[in-house]
Amino acid sequence: MTRERSSLGKDLVGLEPLDGDQIRSILDTAEPFKEISERTIKKVPVLRGKTIVNLFFEASTRTRVSFEFAEKRLSADTVNISATASSVSKGETLVDTARNLEAMRIDMVVIRHWASGAARFLAERIPSTVINAGDGAHEHPTQGLLDLLTLRDHFGKIEGLKVCIVGDIVHSRVARSNIFGLLKLGAQVAVCGPPTLLPRGIERLGVERFVRLEEAIQWADALNVLRLQLERMEGGFVPSLREYNRVYGVSTRRLEAAPRELLILHPGPMNRGVEIDSDVADGDHSVVLRQVTNGVAVRMAVLYLLSGGDPASAEAAKGGQE
Amino acid sequence: MTARWTEGPDSVAVAPRPLVIRGGRVLDPSRGLDAVLDVLLVGGSVAELGSGLTAPDGADVRDASGLIVTPGLIDVHVHLREPGAEHKETIESGARAAAAGGFTAVCAMPNTDPVIDDPAAVGFVLAAGRRAGAARVYPVGAISSGQNGQRLTPVGELVDAGAVAITDDGNPVMDSGLMRRALEYASAFGIPVSDHPEDLGLSRGGVMNEGVVSTRLGLRGKPNAAEDVHIVRDLLVAEETGGHIHIQHVSTRYGVDAIRRAKARGVRVTAEVTPHHLILTEEAVEGYRTEAKMNPPLRTQEDVDAVRAGLVDGTLDTLATDHAPHHYDEKERAFDDAPNGIVGLETSLGLVLTELVGRGVMDITTAIHRMSTGPAQAMGLPGGTLAVGSPADVTLIDPKRAWTVDPAAFLSKSANTPFGGWELTGGPAATIVGGRVVWEWGP
Repeated sequence: MTRERSSLGKDLVGLEPLDGDQIRSILDTAEPFKEISERTIKKVPVLRGKTIVNLFFEASTRTRVSFEFAEKRLSADTVNISATASSVSKGETLVDTARNLEAMRIDMVVIRHWASGAARFLAERIPSTVINAGDGAHEHPTQGLLDLLTLRDHFGKIEGLKVCIVGDIVHSRVARSNIFGLLKLGAQVAVCGPPTLLPRGIERLGVERFVRLEEAIQWADALNVLRLQLERMEGGFVPSLREYNRVYGVSTRRLEAAPRELLILHPGPMNRGVEIDSDVADGDHSVVLRQVTNGVAVRMAVLYLLSGGDPASAEAAKGGQE
Repeated sequence: MTARWTEGPDSVAVAPRPLVIRGGRVLDPSRGLDAVLDVLLVGGSVAELGSGLTAPDGADVRDASGLIVTPGLIDVHVHLREPGAEHKETIESGARAAAAGGFTAVCAMPNTDPVIDDPAAVGFVLAAGRRAGAARVYPVGAISSGQNGQRLTPVGELVDAGAVAITDDGNPVMDSGLMRRALEYASAFGIPVSDHPEDLGLSRGGVMNEGVVSTRLGLRGKPNAAEDVHIVRDLLVAEETGGHIHIQHVSTRYGVDAIRRAKARGVRVTAEVTPHHLILTEEAVEGYRTEAKMNPPLRTQEDVDAVRAGLVDGTLDTLATDHAPHHYDEKERAFDDAPNGIVGLETSLGLVLTELVGRGVMDITTAIHRMSTGPAQAMGLPGGTLAVGSPADVTLIDPKRAWTVDPAAFLSKSANTPFGGWELTGGPAATIVGGRVVWEWGP
């Protein structure tokens, strides 16, 4: 297993640099890995002897735990570093942190950072494989991949699908990874939200733009509903949570007006009663928990492929043969 | 590129020997002069221009055939970082970098630590500049004490001590009432009030131009309107008070247009533009390149075209580098975390000759005007002309020299530039301050 042979390149910093075939190969590789998590003994020796550091400069439960499960189920040795507990809070720069990790001869770094571009910054400076677990408002590629996998599971294909991302697009790395990934696989993409939360020039990425949820619901096959960060109110982007729910909240009543049944995705954690009502979140068309399950499989696929694994051999690899 | 120092520091106090610059193409935009002539410098002043001048006894003679002889270049907007951030630049290293870029004078911004907001601080900058013995260093004082936007500095005392203008550069003057008082009060001393135009409410959180690139990279943007609103405010207050406003580093198409219309109305406004806003667009930020992070941010091609047109037609009076040195590890950060600004003194002339004159954006006379006569007139500085009796500040330009920008070879203490590796044609050959050659290009 050498990094040079990885079909994805050295790192995964985003979906924008990948082509459709590379994205499809990750999704295809995730399929056999899904089954491992259903076993009694959820472990295969694919990454045995590899060391992975989960370097989280921002609080995260879901993504960090999902990565950790994916790593452990592939038998990697893992270390978690959170910014509050590390020398980062003592003023050490990102580049020094990276060099110190490198000096300990690690194989991979999974990084979550509040600054856009941080994963790429790290990837350009260390020879280890870098996986972006979310950088600022830029990309969160494994979230994009698990959303793609969940959509493909449900609809059978991505091509031609109409997917609308709803909510705080400006500050969302999930939105960007979804936009890049969906477009590369041939979907039609829209964004919907208050104009204060839709970034300038978003149409030039090749997406439709809706400022009223009612229009998006008429258009879409699936809604990917983003979490509204509560600090957006203080920033003056939305007047109040109540108002946001009234105008942009995904509710059963609104969905009843849809010409077809819409699939509902949400990257979590959900603000119930704000961007999504509980009956929708828990309803028949919600796939939020399937997204979480798929998250582990997709991350196993990414770790496997970046470590030099052959997409065609994933089925065999999970059987325990190396 | 290497530099050779012909005289040590402190040498300015000693009167130089007469100098004849022989056979160069003398280009003096202040008088529309463009002819092959000899120039005689005596006692720190231009003594005579003519053909076949006889060198006085003891004079040095310098052959300038093939070179362009111009009034010394002036940069009205540089950050020399001293006092307070000497790891980035000192007044001496900055003055030498200026000379190596063909500049005979620079205006040093006051956003140092401490701020240049009292006469002693102005005196410090002036004295350190003289000691450097390179380009002249003109101190610019602050508008408000501590640059905190509250109380006017003792402007009269600052001017007496040597300040040539006031500005809170780094911090825009957000309080329009303070701007009004500054323009009114400064007019008593005949100095301009120089402002960094940025409405902080509109630009809040922004780290680059707002547009499709910021959207794709997930970086917060500053819209053109943040600059436009503030420029218009400054123009209106200047018009109301009759004061002289100098608008720094104009980067937007609307900003250029607003200044053009204000000039037509007779508003006392001068304005500057940087080489990078004339040459680069927001695309330079791709890959989160912190050496393309500056304030105002690099904008779009439409804006580049507009500032070029503004510089050509004189709406923008002067080119200014906004030379902003930063230590390499300060730029070696995530984009959001990196400081704004690039160094510019040692690339400005080469970029102008290559990217603007060389590509037909403007002729050489206009370019030299905007780098010598234009800045001298905008800031009310001596120089900017080769008229007999004016200061013997002269730049010799080699229009043919081909060179590659090598940031490691800069005389500046910092190397933060997006132009590293650019291949340029044309650059300074020698810099003469007060009749003394303070820098010359040499192998």
